[in-house]
Amino acid sequence: MKKDSNKKTSFKKQRLKYEEYFFRGVMLLSSCLIAFILGLIIYSILVKGVPSLSWEMITQTPKGGFYFGKEGGILNAIIGSIYLAFGATFIAFIIGLPISLYMNVWLSHKEKWVNMLRFILDLLWGIPSIVYGAFGFTIMILLGIKASLLAGIIVTALLILPIMIRAIDEGLKTVPKGLKESSYSLGSTKSELAFKIMLRQCIPGIVTAVLLSFGRAIGDAAAVLFTTGFTDNIPTALNQPTATLPLAIFFQLSSPIPEVKERAYAAAVILTSIILIISVLSRVLTQKYNKHTIKF
Amino acid sequence: MNWNRIRDNISPTRLQINKFNEVWMLVWTLFLVVVPLFIVSGLLWKSSLLLENHTLKEIIFSSEWKPMSGKFGFLPFIMSSLWVTLLSLLIAAPICLFSAIHLTQYANRYVLRFMQPVIDILAGIPSVIYGVWGIIAVVPFVAEKIAPMFGVQTTGYNILSASIVLAVMVIPFILNILIDIINTIPKELTEASLSLGAGKWYTIKHVILRKALPGIISAMGLGLSRSFGETIAVLMVVGNVAAIPSGIFQPGYPLPALIANNYGEMMSIPQYDSALMFSALLLMIIVLFFNIGSRFLIMSYEKRFK
Repeated sequence: MKKDSNKKTSFKKQRLKYEEYFFRGVMLLSSCLIAFILGLIIYSILVKGVPSLSWEMITQTPKGGFYFGKEGGILNAIIGSIYLAFGATFIAFIIGLPISLYMNVWLSHKEKWVNMLRFILDLLWGIPSIVYGAFGFTIMILLGIKASLLAGIIVTALLILPIMIRAIDEGLKTVPKGLKESSYSLGSTKSELAFKIMLRQCIPGIVTAVLLSFGRAIGDAAAVLFTTGFTDNIPTALNQPTATLPLAIFFQLSSPIPEVKERAYAAAVILTSIILIISVLSRVLTQKYNKHTIKF
Repeated sequence: MNWNRIRDNISPTRLQINKFNEVWMLVWTLFLVVVPLFIVSGLLWKSSLLLENHTLKEIIFSSEWKPMSGKFGFLPFIMSSLWVTLLSLLIAAPICLFSAIHLTQYANRYVLRFMQPVIDILAGIPSVIYGVWGIIAVVPFVAEKIAPMFGVQTTGYNILSASIVLAVMVIPFILNILIDIINTIPKELTEASLSLGAGKWYTIKHVILRKALPGIISAMGLGLSRSFGETIAVLMVVGNVAAIPSGIFQPGYPLPALIANNYGEMMSIPQYDSALMFSALLLMIIVLFFNIGSRFLIMSYEKRFK
């Protein structure tokens, strides 16, 4: 009798063991699959894009017959995207930093309010960028503004604002309580704590937040689709329409002419490398600035 | 007790600066609360023209889309969106779940150090790049490999290709949330199970997965809402034919693609303009619904472990 039940449990154990082996295999496989997909994406973009990548592409604006496969480059889109991303990141930073400081200093004892604000931020982050774009376009028509760099900057800034605030907030959350208390006990006011202590302590978090938002701003196409327009010239003022890299890729790819399509792949290589550079930069800078924070 | 004395020692200017900073920062924080209300009311106001002339039932359940003759049936677009997002979740969910358990329970330091940047980069790649990848790799793969297996002729620009691209796009998003969720489960819980003699796999199956279930469901809900609003990448591979799709090898026309393709050109017809704003509103309501539901589930989930 006893032997029998022993046999039963050992059988069950055996089954569990094989089940574990099987699922461990499946798990490892899915992790590998994710890494493999990233490799595949980068590989296929590079294979398609690098052959048509040339120095001309990144140093010239489109010339006369550019959209029929003649000479020229996409410098207008590169510069336009960089302007747009810098402007949007700057505005989002100016608005976002005080809000996240306010949440973590003034509201630090009102947990309910902070949680509500985080909830709203998460909701704002979830709103699709096309909704921001369409809404921004309606407002522009209402006010009689034409598609321009400034409009694109404002819409993109609104789009990346929640990411910026949440990322800085994550950094500020980790500031040790002891540091806050010791600065209070030395007689600092709340705004001194916020701008002189918290800000400095949180520099790695802020750098990550800024780079994250910059990457988001430079890559988003749906929000700028209606708001920034498209042009072959490099913008010289805020009220001019501007070309952006994602839209340049999108428009050129829908062309039936193979040479133009080739260029879209090359532009995709440029955009991908910008994103990869930002990613590496953010890792390096975070590690560098982490050395200067106070640790308990 | 001696607080007043301390306060007396702080110079009035510093207190004034403090007060000044507090006020303007509060105003900026309130700005944050106003933005979503502003967007919703603006979209409602713009789509009111369409809602005045048609009933809501007519708009959502009719499949006749003829803007020129004033017929706006959103059913094809809603159905396409549902097909694409549900199929993409079906592809992404098991991969994310297995990988999340692997990364939190089995993976060692070196694997984690390798996978973290991989997930971050995948999350950072712009949607246009995913679209380009879809055209280069996924569309031919579906047209030449997968479709012939089912005996179907297709160009590759269909629901399945869009779902595969979308699935890859939401994988890093869902995976990050899942890893957070599994990590919030207290160690005591798993250790108690291990100390009672349960094996590792048994603990994962009966303690971790069971405890994390609400969190897993909400992670999927957030992933669903994210893929619902994705525009450019889907637009590039989905085919854009305004008909109710009858299978995964049929082209579709999701809501965001509808807005992106038509907005701006049709400003001369007020009703058309209004209909497109209504689709933006619809998109936003669906996304907010999934978001709010999932966030509440996550919040109540995290509260239980505190």
